[in-house]
Amino acid sequence: MAEDAHTHDNQPTQESHAEHTGHPTPMTYFKVAMILSIITAIEVAIFYVEDLGHGIIPILVVLSVAKFALVAMFYMHLRYDAKLFTGFFVGGLILALTIGIALLGLFRFFG
Amino acid sequence: MAQAAATQHGEHEETTTGLNHRKLLMWAFLGSDCMFFGSLIATYVVYQGKSKVGPFPEDVFSIPVTSVSTFVLLMSSMSMVLAYAALTRGKMKAFRIWILSTAIMGMTFIGFQVFEFRDFANYEVHIDCAHLDVEKLTEFEKTFADQCADGVEEFEEQHGLTPRTNLFGTTFFTLTGFHGAHVTLGVIWLLSIAFHSFRGGVRPETNLDVDLAALYWHFVDVVWIVIFTVVYLFGVFPGI
Repeated sequence: MAEDAHTHDNQPTQESHAEHTGHPTPMTYFKVAMILSIITAIEVAIFYVEDLGHGIIPILVVLSVAKFALVAMFYMHLRYDAKLFTGFFVGGLILALTIGIALLGLFRFFG
Repeated sequence: MAQAAATQHGEHEETTTGLNHRKLLMWAFLGSDCMFFGSLIATYVVYQGKSKVGPFPEDVFSIPVTSVSTFVLLMSSMSMVLAYAALTRGKMKAFRIWILSTAIMGMTFIGFQVFEFRDFANYEVHIDCAHLDVEKLTEFEKTFADQCADGVEEFEEQHGLTPRTNLFGTTFFTLTGFHGAHVTLGVIWLLSIAFHSFRGGVRPETNLDVDLAALYWHFVDVVWIVIFTVVYLFGVFPGI
């Protein structure tokens, strides 16, 4: 409790800092979590719709990318942080995708 | 004080980039870890459907169970970000509650994974010969359908999936095992921060320590988002 009282002294500074950086509020985090849960539920529901056939692939990919982007932008604060951080992460992602495509190509045409 | 907080948060540092080096290093690590998991996921996809013997994904995967564990990991990301938000606002009690919740949910996820691995390793082919409908059997189960010819009521035989069983087992356990190891490391990191906070070692001014742990935790979450779709949902779907 004493520690809490001590830290409350810093509260205006921290909040003004949060405002300065534009970080989202706990309510925004909660809303993002709800959206993530709903998307996961949709993914599982779509999985059981047999009529979709191979159409399920792009749908699941889009939903998965949406979840990935939401976590990266809001929870990892990439939307609010320096662009260089985004560059490091997206750079790694692009390289990972390139590795994946190269491997798939190699095994498809030379496997 | 404000400058100290800003410095700890990773912005307005007196560095070449103007950014905190520790945070930049963490992002560089996460970028490299993307390539690591990208390679493992690509290897899984490349070898998908190339196993000569079963069991196959459709035999062992349980989408409802994995959906629950996925939900738990997603919620742990929310509690992690709420822990960080509480810390930056100086609410230490809320911070401790949220960070311990995150660690507990992380342990729950690992529990699910241990249960799943154990379940796969003890997989049994079970065919109800009395009400045999070959069309409803999986490809692997069909190879045992002739065992019902002798008028047996039901057929049961253990065919556990291990990393040595087939290509599916090797790539699946390697990929999800490395992810599980990342989650385990994350749980240890979060628990150490929680215990450190009880000894007064975590303060709002030093929130960068928690920010780095949070980034790592969210990364583990986004990797699972991809694994859940590519390995589990695409893995069971026929024809992919």
